[in-house]
Order: sequence, then structure tokens, then C-alpha cells
Amino acid sequence: MRRALLAAPPLLVAVVLLLAAPVAASSGTMANPASPKTTLPDVEDDVMCPVCGTALNLSSSPQADRERAFIRREIVAGKTKDQIKSELVAQYGTAVLAEPPKSGFDLTAWLVPGAAILLAAIAIAIGLWRWRRAGRSGGPPTAGGPPLEPTDSERLDADLARYDL
Amino acid sequence: MSARTLAVFIAVLAVIGLLGYGLLKKSSDSLAIGDPIPDATTSLPRLDGGGTGSVADYRGRWVLVNVWASWCVPCRSESPTLERFYAAHRGPDFTVLGIDSNDLSTDALDFAHRYRLTYPQLRDGDGNFAQHELGTTGVPESFLVDPQGKLVVHSLGPVTDRYLSSNVVPYLSGRASG
Repeated sequence: MRRALLAAPPLLVAVVLLLAAPVAASSGTMANPASPKTTLPDVEDDVMCPVCGTALNLSSSPQADRERAFIRREIVAGKTKDQIKSELVAQYGTAVLAEPPKSGFDLTAWLVPGAAILLAAIAIAIGLWRWRRAGRSGGPPTAGGPPLEPTDSERLDADLARYDL
Repeated sequence: MSARTLAVFIAVLAVIGLLGYGLLKKSSDSLAIGDPIPDATTSLPRLDGGGTGSVADYRGRWVLVNVWASWCVPCRSESPTLERFYAAHRGPDFTVLGIDSNDLSTDALDFAHRYRLTYPQLRDGDGNFAQHELGTTGVPESFLVDPQGKLVVHSLGPVTDRYLSSNVVPYLSGRASG
């Protein structure tokens, strides 16, 4: 009986450990952070430090440090890059995005440069077309200015001959 | 008017319009003493999440508007000063109003909790109100607004007990007028 009692505690411990193992494993799973879906540099590339007015990856201000800490927390929570950007917009407004949104007035930031390039291309094309048409209708190109006096012409020939190597 | 003239006219108008818009958007000149607070009715969320509020909500009282952020180092020394001042002078005629600017709401709440700030707080997450309406260039900045909604004192940088005693108290006690 006494031996049975002495043997009981290790047996009891083993049973308890066996029972507790799945619980510990499951709680361990819960405590583990979600698998990251993005990285800090990946998000940093796409967002600004609103106070500094520079890209976040170029800023070392206290505000930028807090923004990075926020991004790290969101990454640990398993958020995607787009989700993190949305959270940042909710905190700081759209000014936090490195690229302006493609909606509302901010759409002009995308449209105006494209339209300007298109207009410039059209203007250059029209200019070239007119230049070529003028060239064709005007015959072979001639040197501008009035014809030279015979004395000037002789002098020019003499000068050119002097430099003729 | 020929088509070419019209096109040039439209192009010039577009360039002038863009330049004008850029200038207007960047015009965040600091408020002058005596100026009414522009767009004081702008609704900002309360930091604690309980609805919204505005500077205009305090019309009829002296309001010391303090623009701050949790990442701002000088704000750490200033906040207890403001809390003391609020505790000493709060009432139907005066309040301190914090505006948390360009900040994360969780950080701001932690800051308010750490420094036991009890005065009302609004949240200006994107900093638009502070920068474009109040014309702030950084944090902290403080603005004493009279009961009619006009600016009477503007302080760049952290306020101290001494500053508040000599620049704000005279207005509250009626020894100075706006």
C-alpha cells in the first residue's frame, strides 16, 4: 500500500501532463502571432511620414517611428499590406499614401500628367507634320539671306581655301 | 476667335487655375491676433471616441486650444502644466481644448491616460484642421480664443506656468481685453 502511494505522485503527474498537453498546445497556438503577410519595408515603400512630407522609409522623425511601430503591430496581427494601408488612412487621412488615391479630386494627379504628355505629343506631331509639308511645298532648302556681292564671295572662297585642310 | 486662340486661352487658363489652386492649398499662414478662428465649426472626432466636437462648441467661453501629439517630446512637459491650469481655472467661462494632430489614436489615448489629462480632447488625425485652419507649423502650439471666437494669444512651442500666468490669466481675470 505504501509503495502504491509512493508510486502515485509520478503517475498522477504524468496523467496531468498528458491531459494538459493538448490545452497547452492549443493555448500556445493562440498566443503565436499570425503569420506575417507583408513586411515593414514593403509597406514603408507605399506610405509617407505625413509630418515630414517624405516617404516613410526616408524619415527618422519621432512621428515616423510611431508610424513604423504601428505598422509592425499590424504585421504581427497578420494584416495584409492593403489592410495596413487602409488602417493608416483611417489614422492619418489619405495624405499618408505615397500615391494619391485614384478617385475624387486626387484622380487629377493621375490624369493631368498623362493628359499633358498626350497634348505635348499631339503638338509635336502637328508641328512636325506642318514642318514637313512646308519643306515639301517650298522646294529644296536654300541658304537664307540675300546673295553675296562678288567681292564678298571671292573673299569667302579665299578664306575657306585658307582653312581647307 | 480661332480654334488655335481658344486652345491657347484654355491652356493658359488651366495653368493659372492649377497655380492658383496650389497657392490656395498651401496658404496656411499663421492666424493673426484678432482674427476669428476660421472654420471653427469644423467637426472633429472626440479622442475618446464619444462623438464629435468643434472649437465653435465653446463659443461664449475663453478657450485655450492646444495642438499636440503623443510623439512630440515638448508636449510631455507641457501637458501636466495645461492640466494644472485647467484644474485651477476651469468653469463656465474657460476651458482648455486639446487637439491631437497627426497622431495615432491609440498612442494619443495612452498619452492622455499617462498624463491624466481631463480637459476635452479632439482628434485631428490628418492634421488638416491644425495646419490649414489654425496655420500651425508644428506641435505644440496654443491659441487663446476669446468668447467671440477671435484669437487673442498665440504661442509657438510648449507653454509654461509662467507663460500662462502672464499671458492668459490677465484675459480670464478681466485685466486684459481681446
